[in-house]
Amino acid sequence: MASLAHPQQRQFNPYSENGGTILAIAGADFSVIAGDTRQSEGYSIQTRYAPKVFRLTDRAVLAVNGFAADGNMFVKKVKQRLEWYRHAHAKDMPLRAIARLIQTMLYARRFFPYYVYNILGGIEEDGTGAVYSFDPVGSYEREACRAAGAASSLVQPFLDNQIYFKNQRPAPGTSHPVHLPLPTVLSIVIDSFTSATERHIEVGDGLEIYVVLAKGRNLQGLEGIRGMQELTVTEDGERVFVVRRELKKD
Amino acid sequence: MNTFVQRFAGSSASKELLAGNASITEDEDFSDAAWGSEAGFGSLARGVPSFMVPSVPDPASFLRLHTDDHADPSCRIKIQHGTTTLAFRFQGGVIVAVDSRATAGSYVASGTVKKVIEINPYLLGTMAGGAADCQYWETYLGMHCRLHELRNRERISVSAASKYLSNLVYSYKGMGLSMGTMICGWDKTGPAVFYVDSDGTRLKGDLFSVGSGSTFAYGVLDQGYRWDLSDEEAQELGRRSIYAAGHRDAFSGNTCNLYHVKENGWEFIGNYDITTLHYDGPGNVAGSPGHGYGYDLRVEGHSSANPPPAAAPVVAAQA
Repeated sequence: MASLAHPQQRQFNPYSENGGTILAIAGADFSVIAGDTRQSEGYSIQTRYAPKVFRLTDRAVLAVNGFAADGNMFVKKVKQRLEWYRHAHAKDMPLRAIARLIQTMLYARRFFPYYVYNILGGIEEDGTGAVYSFDPVGSYEREACRAAGAASSLVQPFLDNQIYFKNQRPAPGTSHPVHLPLPTVLSIVIDSFTSATERHIEVGDGLEIYVVLAKGRNLQGLEGIRGMQELTVTEDGERVFVVRRELKKD
Repeated sequence: MNTFVQRFAGSSASKELLAGNASITEDEDFSDAAWGSEAGFGSLARGVPSFMVPSVPDPASFLRLHTDDHADPSCRIKIQHGTTTLAFRFQGGVIVAVDSRATAGSYVASGTVKKVIEINPYLLGTMAGGAADCQYWETYLGMHCRLHELRNRERISVSAASKYLSNLVYSYKGMGLSMGTMICGWDKTGPAVFYVDSDGTRLKGDLFSVGSGSTFAYGVLDQGYRWDLSDEEAQELGRRSIYAAGHRDAFSGNTCNLYHVKENGWEFIGNYDITTLHYDGPGNVAGSPGHGYGYDLRVEGHSSANPPPAAAPVVAAQA
């Protein structure tokens, strides 16, 4: 009764922001896709383990960031479409086709968007490592590396420096490498997340790094990695590994 | 097989669409999704793909509330904006030049965006406004251009293709689409450029520039434009205009992508870093001036703010 004196405005707000950061880097014949596992809303942490990176096929991994409810539903729907494709064609969908599928699935919600930033990583049909990044309504591009989410503005400049060697001149007689080796990429990823954890309150708790290796590529540089686990069962196709690490929990 | 012939044998597009729809309802119990082929756009015979809309009284204002970063910088879903694109018609075909920067607010979201969309080997579209809107609808346009080829045994005209797009976006008017595009190509009538935007405007013309940096590009373009430009001069004019916009407009920059549409389809000329253009020029390419575009190179030694090189770098001399 009391509120009748004042005009009231209501609006439909189905979105929230759940923090966290994701990151992917493509190598010559591998791809690394990583994300932290903290999920928060405002200043409170909802959980310290909510995965943001998902294996889609033996050669495709999808990282989602933004609004967790939208992200989880979106991953679920992508996985369902990939299963239908497998039943119809008796093979996994190629990476570039998954990228286009994600575009049309995001754009189908152009007027009621998924509040999700997607990064797709994996191995292309020609055996090269690839990263595709998307905006919430489906515009996409193939890149060598990309950071998205809460700490993207902290991590992306670091990647520009370490991966693209932006605004740096090589020493006389040398040139910048086009693709970095896997051990170098892994340390860049781990450093990105420990640094983002230091300076961003929504990043921390745990780190999941997925590594996709091209068919026939040896493990070189991956054997000694602590806490590594293989997710694929055969050694004759592309192989997927996950590395789990702790991040600071304060 | 009969339904297949029926679907594609007719002459008018709407009749075929009806026939296509009828053949789909016949075997409704097997949807395209069941065959796994609904990836992408699904069956075109169903017409325009359907979109989920929130169940609120005014869906457009819902979208505006959550996505429009001009009115509200703190809104959640940032759609990429800011651009310079240009295209012009001349004696040797069409030149299309664009920058490659995408911004979300003041953050440079990407410096490597492909703002020229290769619709097919004869048609190019440019991207300004919503990146997803342009990418999605111009890809969709490409599929319909291919259907036109199959149905009519000849390539679609640039005029028809652009009108298809303008009618399509007009049907979504007021829903929040944002695109300003130039459809460029070469057809029976020769080189052609059409400007199409999400308001429903469609204009035929010789010279257009679209985006936040368009005023700067027009300045250079209008000054150097002639119909009888040589291929080299025209390419240089496109490059130089995008450089000017990248230099003066904060929302444009990074690199310039240059295309040339000729009688036998488009050709990608090159990708040029704006900073490199400023200091060193486009390098050893046709039409290159042989030096950087930056005006500070030209005024070097002629003002107190910009002294001759000999007076300034004492440190460099020691090293």
